[in-house]
Amino acid sequence: MNKKILSAVVGVAAVAGMGATGASAATLDDVKAKGFVQCGVSTGLAGFSAPNDAGDWSGLDVDLCRGVAAAVFGDATAVKYSPLSAKERFTALQSGEVDVLSRNTTWTMSRDTQLGLNFAGVNYYDGQGFMVRKSLGVNSALQLSGASVCVQTGTTTELNLTDYFKANDMTYNPVVFEKLEEVNAAYDANRCDVYTTDQSGLYSIRLGLSAPDEHMVLPEVISKEPLGPAVRQGDDQWFSVVKWVHFAMLNAEELGITSANADEMLESTDPNIMRLLGKEGAFGEAIGVSNDWAYQVIKQVGNYGEVFERNVGASTPLAIDRGVNALWSKGGFQYAPPIR
Amino acid sequence: MAHQAGVSSDADDSGRVSLMNDPKARGLFFQGLLIIAVIAMVYMGISNAIANLARAGIASGFGFFGDRAGFDIGQTIIPYTNDSNYLQAFYVGLVNTLVVAVIGIFFATIIGFIVGLARLSKNYLVQKFATVYVETLRNIPLLLQLLFWYKAVLSILPSPREAARETGVEVAFSINNRGLYLPRVIPEDGSSLIFYALVIAIAAWFFIGRWAKKRQMATGRQFPVFLTGLGLLIALPLLAFLVTGMPLSLEYASLQGFNMVGGWIVQPEFMALLLGLALYTASFIAEIVRAGILAVSHGQTEAAFALGIRPNLTSRLVIVPQAMRVIIPPLTSQFLNLTKNSSLAVAIGYPDLVSVTGTVLNQTGQAVEVISITMLVYLTLSLLTSAFMNWFNSSVALVER
Amino acid sequence: MDNTTNSIAYVRTQESPATAPPVSTGGVGGWLKENLFATPRDTVLTILTFLFLVWIIPPIVDWAFISAVWTGESREDCIVPGAGACWAFVEAKFGQFMYGRYPLEERWRVDLSGLLLILGLVPIAIPSVPYKRENALYLLFVFPVLAFILLTGQFGLRPVETALWGGLLVTLVVAIVGIVVSFPLGILLALGRRSEMPIVKMFCVIFIEFWRGVPLITVLFMSSVMLPLFLPDGVSFDKLLRALIGVALFASAYMAEVIRGGLQAIPKGQYEAANAMALTFWQGTRLVTMPQALKLVIPGIVNTFIGLFKDTSLVLIIGLFDLLGIVQQNMNDPNWISPQTPATGFVFAAFVFFIFCFGMSRYSAYMERRLDTGHKR
Repeated sequence: MNKKILSAVVGVAAVAGMGATGASAATLDDVKAKGFVQCGVSTGLAGFSAPNDAGDWSGLDVDLCRGVAAAVFGDATAVKYSPLSAKERFTALQSGEVDVLSRNTTWTMSRDTQLGLNFAGVNYYDGQGFMVRKSLGVNSALQLSGASVCVQTGTTTELNLTDYFKANDMTYNPVVFEKLEEVNAAYDANRCDVYTTDQSGLYSIRLGLSAPDEHMVLPEVISKEPLGPAVRQGDDQWFSVVKWVHFAMLNAEELGITSANADEMLESTDPNIMRLLGKEGAFGEAIGVSNDWAYQVIKQVGNYGEVFERNVGASTPLAIDRGVNALWSKGGFQYAPPIR
Repeated sequence: MAHQAGVSSDADDSGRVSLMNDPKARGLFFQGLLIIAVIAMVYMGISNAIANLARAGIASGFGFFGDRAGFDIGQTIIPYTNDSNYLQAFYVGLVNTLVVAVIGIFFATIIGFIVGLARLSKNYLVQKFATVYVETLRNIPLLLQLLFWYKAVLSILPSPREAARETGVEVAFSINNRGLYLPRVIPEDGSSLIFYALVIAIAAWFFIGRWAKKRQMATGRQFPVFLTGLGLLIALPLLAFLVTGMPLSLEYASLQGFNMVGGWIVQPEFMALLLGLALYTASFIAEIVRAGILAVSHGQTEAAFALGIRPNLTSRLVIVPQAMRVIIPPLTSQFLNLTKNSSLAVAIGYPDLVSVTGTVLNQTGQAVEVISITMLVYLTLSLLTSAFMNWFNSSVALVER
Repeated sequence: MDNTTNSIAYVRTQESPATAPPVSTGGVGGWLKENLFATPRDTVLTILTFLFLVWIIPPIVDWAFISAVWTGESREDCIVPGAGACWAFVEAKFGQFMYGRYPLEERWRVDLSGLLLILGLVPIAIPSVPYKRENALYLLFVFPVLAFILLTGQFGLRPVETALWGGLLVTLVVAIVGIVVSFPLGILLALGRRSEMPIVKMFCVIFIEFWRGVPLITVLFMSSVMLPLFLPDGVSFDKLLRALIGVALFASAYMAEVIRGGLQAIPKGQYEAANAMALTFWQGTRLVTMPQALKLVIPGIVNTFIGLFKDTSLVLIIGLFDLLGIVQQNMNDPNWISPQTPATGFVFAAFVFFIFCFGMSRYSAYMERRLDTGHKR
């Protein structure tokens, strides 16, 4: 009997050891100790975070995680990805299963305050839109009264949708699914007249429909959807690392530093560039990483403009315009505090 | 070892055994150990959860139930709008689960009995067909079947515009990929009498059944209970309907804009879920029915024939009542399985309890409270169903001397 | 009137030649009459069934074989008008359906684990092969350790994280871990439920009824969303492991009830005999009652396993890519999306599940017949 209990205890301990990973208050130390960044991503949204057949992840959100890894380890590949559904994502971060949640997540007040998250910035300014079949002959969202609307559950989208139809005194019939693939499939099977989610998502999803050309995204944007990476509350150091990786990529674009010319720029005498690339001051040490952190981020991942173009920009099938995601100096919203 | 120690101590001091070998003491010891272990585990879990929630700054408690839900639900049988609170959303999900479970049980039982009897049929074609049906459906995961039916329902049915063709024309019946549209009955003043008539008819059926059984036991004469009951069920409400001056009106569906508007709608998600659940569970019920009938000894049939009872009556009066005793316990667990399996609705977008609470979970972020409540509801449903079926089972059980 | 009938002395000395059966009962016609057209009702049923089959079978055959697209490179090949099943899709994605995203060069490890499993499973399934006990120990203890080392990559093998696992591999891992864990746990729970210690009994009853009363999907949600919150700070489980814990606990409750059925079916005399032989409770259980009980419930265990195997498909709802999950995911691959792709994928997955489950249910039926002769009271 005692032997049995003992072996059971040993077994449980062994099982616990198998999957146990550290996640205490000092996330940066844990990340350094285990040697990689655990990054929570979507289960597959082209351009933001999607795996290819070999299981390699790419996308705008993925590049942020790679940037963090480059800053911490000088190695952008030191990332492991956890694909998370909308439902799982917050508990995964709260419980320490992932170190950073970079999963096209909208920054809202309740998430910031009640769910124990800290949003480290906005890496994509988005807004909710509608996609319809061209054959319906609709050209404004205000003509959608009475439509069936496909929407993913557990998103801010679902609530905005309700508010928008209510505000405009229109009716609709919601068709709600748990997973993105299910929403896509239902819309493609003509279960709904309208598909609603963030506009960037609509472009991405349209690519995966059986006849992308038969669908159009309506011009109306009905909500503000600032998408950004989130970390756990109560760990300011890690919060700073993630926040400043994002800002470093923005500053690099502003200063004209790209992954191609990062090495040349090391010779620059512009004090702004020298500070960013770690030639002057000890900004890296202040957040617990090496001083060439931003150089590593830019060299291995690229500046924000490069990352945007590579994943969602004009040269990709998504062909999304920079629009409000252009730098502040070019008429957009993307604005990073200076490194000083 | 207990035995040896017991023997030696018996010899030494008049029946006293050492504490280690006393089964009672040992039992108490182990139970104490178990209690401590369980309490320790529960305590650890709860204190971890509290610490984790506090550290992450997550709100807890059931206060969120009173907040405005702010989302819409596709199928609402009880009144609900996006201004209702989370608790009402929760009730909508529960009612949707119950509706699909009850209707699913009804159809699964009927199909299951038919297929079960078909498997015992002497007709080669019918019997083989039933066998293929049972073997195929039993051996494919239900989730796969649901996804398949949903896809099939959506791809076979036309879009509402194709189905209706003309805008604004009222149709009594339409089936398209937005749902099955039937006229809706709208009660007007005085229509409650029709409802009472229906209740009276059902009650009358029940009492006539009892009376007929009593009379048959006493005199052997039979009474056409089913036909009489059916007649009452149709005639009484019809009479009430005519007497009160036809206080019901029908609302028809018509194509307006994108969709059919008005009428009574059965969503395609509901159809796919019902189809999947009923067909899948029916394949299990068929096997139970077959086993139950085979369990009735052949002598019973022969005895009935020897008494000159016709084959149809033999099945109804001799075979089926005896088979029912074997059938009911496993049937209960199939009903429970169907109810629990209805939670797979979440994969095809039918707003059942799991789906709605999933949305609530997402919007509030309070995983522990929401999931515990959901599990508790299913547990209660299960216990209630088994309690009811146990009662029913004991009422048909063989009274043994 | 013939006088032979009146004479009792007449005894026939040779057998009269058998008359041929009436035309209506022999041959094809007779078979038809007996099996298809015995009564008017039968005739109607036969005709209706026949019409139904004629209505349903030719389109299925046409879709699955005649108009099917067998080879192709992308959706372009399957999108042709009038095309049936897009088997080219299954062909192109077959590796993913079996292994998920398991690295190509490491897939031999999965194959080897599969071989080790078959090596243990085949001899234990054939009743006449000896060394059943050693075989069972291999399957319950040695094989899981070997498979764990091979699949996750220990002792110098390249580690493969479980996020890359998928397809049939995950289906089998979940089902087998479920059964291997639930078996001993189920035995303990079944013994606990029959125990005379009230508290032990109460805990076992509550445990069993709780897991049996809730749907597996809520269990999976609980283990994937809630469990992390109940673990101490700094400990977190792998996503697959969390699903495995949920499935194992769920399966144990069902297994416990099956085994309890076996224990109840053994005559009380066996328990009394074990006591009379002065065996302790555990000795008696191990040597006398449990072997008999387990033998009795082999069909029940196999049926539980079939149920568990089918239920593994639910893990797709919590975002693991089992066979069904990975098929569903690949249906949305822009390179392969076509009107026939989903149906083809579902039919393929259904076929694989059917092969496994039907095989096991045939085996269970075979064992049931074999065991039918023995201990029935």
